Amino acid sequence: MPPVLVVEGLRKRYRPDAAYAVDGLDFELPRGATWGLLGGNGAGKTTTIAMLLGLLVPSAGRIVALGHDMATDRFAALAQMNFSSPYIALPHRLSVAENLRIYGHLYNVSGTEARIAELSETLQMGDFLDRPAGELSAGQKTRVALAKALINRPQLLLLDEPTASLDPDTGDWVRTWLERYREASGCAILLASHNMAEVERLCGHVLVLKKGRVVDQGAPAELVARFGRDDLEQVFLDIARGSEEVG
Amino acid sequence: MSPSLRRVWGLVYRHLALYRRSPPRVIELMYWPTLQMVVWGFLSVYLAGVQNNVASVGAGILLGGVLLWEAALRSQMGFSISFLEEIWSRNLGHLFVSPLRPHELVAGLMVMGLLRTAVGVVPAMILAWLLYSFNILSIGPALVGFFTALILMGWAVALGVTSLLLRYGAGAETLAWSVLFGITPFAAVFYPVSVLPEWLQPFALAIPAAHVFEGMRAALLEGRFAWGHMLAAFALDAVWLVAMWAVFMRQFQAARVRGALLNIGE
Repeated sequence: MPPVLVVEGLRKRYRPDAAYAVDGLDFELPRGATWGLLGGNGAGKTTTIAMLLGLLVPSAGRIVALGHDMATDRFAALAQMNFSSPYIALPHRLSVAENLRIYGHLYNVSGTEARIAELSETLQMGDFLDRPAGELSAGQKTRVALAKALINRPQLLLLDEPTASLDPDTGDWVRTWLERYREASGCAILLASHNMAEVERLCGHVLVLKKGRVVDQGAPAELVARFGRDDLEQVFLDIARGSEEVG
Repeated sequence: MSPSLRRVWGLVYRHLALYRRSPPRVIELMYWPTLQMVVWGFLSVYLAGVQNNVASVGAGILLGGVLLWEAALRSQMGFSISFLEEIWSRNLGHLFVSPLRPHELVAGLMVMGLLRTAVGVVPAMILAWLLYSFNILSIGPALVGFFTALILMGWAVALGVTSLLLRYGAGAETLAWSVLFGITPFAAVFYPVSVLPEWLQPFALAIPAAHVFEGMRAALLEGRFAWGHMLAAFALDAVWLVAMWAVFMRQFQAARVRGALLNIGE
């Protein structure tokens, strides 16, 4: 089965005289897998995700998402992808249902109202479906952002810090929900996170980024064993504070 | 409904839902056109009282100018401000990672420009008729052409403003309100192009609105339909729209290269 996402020699610098924010990324994300993008601030995670979504044009390299070249045919891919980030808001004055209806239209979802009802039930949004999005708690906003990201039943889901600013209980609920959703739908997930426990739990494979390059990769348990550490957080600190050498 | 039309409708629905939940926004749409009409209406009444017949005709031209120019202003602002709403709500990131194509975004914004024009200008037209007995419909079928040409010009200018927003971010937002006011002196809204200095007249005649208002004066003063001006207005609209579309697409692509779509609200 072909991978859902193929990234070849991906590079990006924002100005000709600037350093590369992403410097030669190569990977293939298999169908149904959850992979993590790990790295400190400025490692290139956001730039990578923006290029995968077509928000940013790469300086070099190629992205093929769901069989579509993002340079020439990105809209066909975007119809089958989706994205969630706590840092990009939905219109605050509109109700949750209105927001989801808009994205139902934009993604040409058939049976939008039924899909909203389905998501409302599984993500437990019934109590606030008619409330303005701006009046919700952080946990409720996260569920709405997930509902928006799932409105089109994506085959590829990009998540940027999906549990940022959530309390441990709500964060755990979201992680459990994502695990179940991936098992039920077969959707591939690429997750950028600073939460090592989350990455360890959700991801079968991790790409560790530093200065725009992959400095290590593997299953979380492999990385922990390779570095002789107890958990992924210690591995992350070793890499973040370690030598400038990358390879 | 085709997927493309549905995406355009999705964008329009987003703004209609916003207006449904925000009465002040709806009132604001009617406020300025109505205020303009009241001020210019009373000025016209005063002038008509001072100078009788001549000024009565002039009053009609003033009120017609106000109403028609409002169509261009509201069309441009409706388009530009709808785009600004996406910047203010930090929703552009979601829109640009959806399958919404740039031409569908522009089509949705044009529809919003049209709807905002109707909501703003129709009450002012009714007020002009009730308060000052000025019926702009007396211009006849040419009125449809005049309004259409001005709305097209409003869209073209709005595409230019939106390009500047993509280039400079929300820092350029004041242009959304001010840019057409800057064109007013050269658009021959209240006086003929011939009043302008000779060296300025070619610039004025490159503005579609100048031909609309020359046509309006021909209709109101001489009761004739100025075909030449109408055709010139539409031809210039076509040139402006194509040029501004090219500028918009260039800036959109440049924003994707610079990464401006990630932080355009800042």
